[in-house]
Amino acid sequence: MWSREEMAMQAALEIEDGYTVNLGIGIPTLVSNYIPSEKSVLLQSENGLLGMGPFPEEKDVNPDLINAGKQTVTAVPGASFFSSADSFAMIRGQHVDLTILGAMEVDQNGDIANWMIPGKMVKGMGGAMDLVASAKKVIVLMQHTNKKGESKLLKKCSLPLTGKNCVTKVITNLGKLEVKEGSFIVHEMAEGVTKEMISQATEGEIKFS
Amino acid sequence: MNKVVQNAKEAIQGVESGMTFLLGGFGLCGIPENSISALRDSGIKDLTCVSNNAGVDDFGLGLLLQTKQIKKMISSYVGENKTFEQQFLSGELEVDLVPQGTLAERIRAGGAGIPAFFTPAGVGTKVAEGKEIRSFDGKEYLMEKALKGDFAFVKAAKGDAYGNLQFSKTAANFNPMMATAGKITVAEVDELVPVGSLDPDQVHIPGIYVQRIFQGVNYEKRIEQLTVRSN
Repeated sequence: MWSREEMAMQAALEIEDGYTVNLGIGIPTLVSNYIPSEKSVLLQSENGLLGMGPFPEEKDVNPDLINAGKQTVTAVPGASFFSSADSFAMIRGQHVDLTILGAMEVDQNGDIANWMIPGKMVKGMGGAMDLVASAKKVIVLMQHTNKKGESKLLKKCSLPLTGKNCVTKVITNLGKLEVKEGSFIVHEMAEGVTKEMISQATEGEIKFS
Repeated sequence: MNKVVQNAKEAIQGVESGMTFLLGGFGLCGIPENSISALRDSGIKDLTCVSNNAGVDDFGLGLLLQTKQIKKMISSYVGENKTFEQQFLSGELEVDLVPQGTLAERIRAGGAGIPAFFTPAGVGTKVAEGKEIRSFDGKEYLMEKALKGDFAFVKAAKGDAYGNLQFSKTAANFNPMMATAGKITVAEVDELVPVGSLDPDQVHIPGIYVQRIFQGVNYEKRIEQLTVRSN
């Protein structure tokens, strides 16, 4: 099975030279550590930064320079700053190539749920609905099953949706699956994972390529 | 053309209970700290506040939540605030959650004279309930309406007496479009500079949108998540 770091590494392999990528909070944030330096990639942070760099050294911390997770960051050479309206124009206008984010559930039609659990305090969707509705490619990085051991790859999402018919790939601790024509198509399995294991952990329609 | 006022207290003249305010900032970055303190001291109530977030318990809009001056929040994410959670769960506080890009565009539209627009964000979700859906080139979009405020409170790095504003890095965030959508826009700046000293090429928001401007004091600029490189 893949660790969180190995999942992030797998996601980094999906990033092509020249891409602009928006990374969500959680495991997706780790992806930036594994983008090979020979690829020219810009990270977009929806609070108004294109060209997000690593965390600053202590002496360079600037309260005016944060990412969408409200963490202090740096800007790479060639970066630009802009308003939230411009930032989402960039996202809605499909200028951002790839969105990588976490989820509570994904289904075989590419629907995603990641913002609310009925009966629990709702914190808000932030920019997730705008991102999934418009990105050319949406990759979800999450554990294959929840804490109770139930599948998070479903026939139909049970939680309130963040977006419909938008997820293109799911990378979990068990493998890499494409979402296409109403099925999860397994492209790769983590070391030690068998077809039986991944089929059993997937409630939705599953196929092997 | 001289829009300079002496301080936040003077800048918020005319605010009343029940008004709608637009407040710039993302988390605690680029928030109008001086205006928020003055609004707390004014004691006005039943406010509707449009802001991407709701501050933390003891800073930002959290200050107005503590004193129960806010009736309704229109935001995209409100997760970092226990006072908020308590008031929301007890029914004292109303919350309208809006996708972040939709929130930004609704305010931009409000300032630009566009009454409504269509966006793909939220189609097929709870956000679409009760809204008009229309199909363009085979894809579905939902209609969202413009947002305006009785007042807008924004924070910029530099400004001049004409109200021209320049922002710093990601502290711009919601401030530029909020500045355009207030009936009265109050700008507070780190540094008030003489008219003519801002390069016109580097003015981010032209002064036409701003009615009052002052140089703020005692900025805390609190950092929500301090993260540094380990080496």
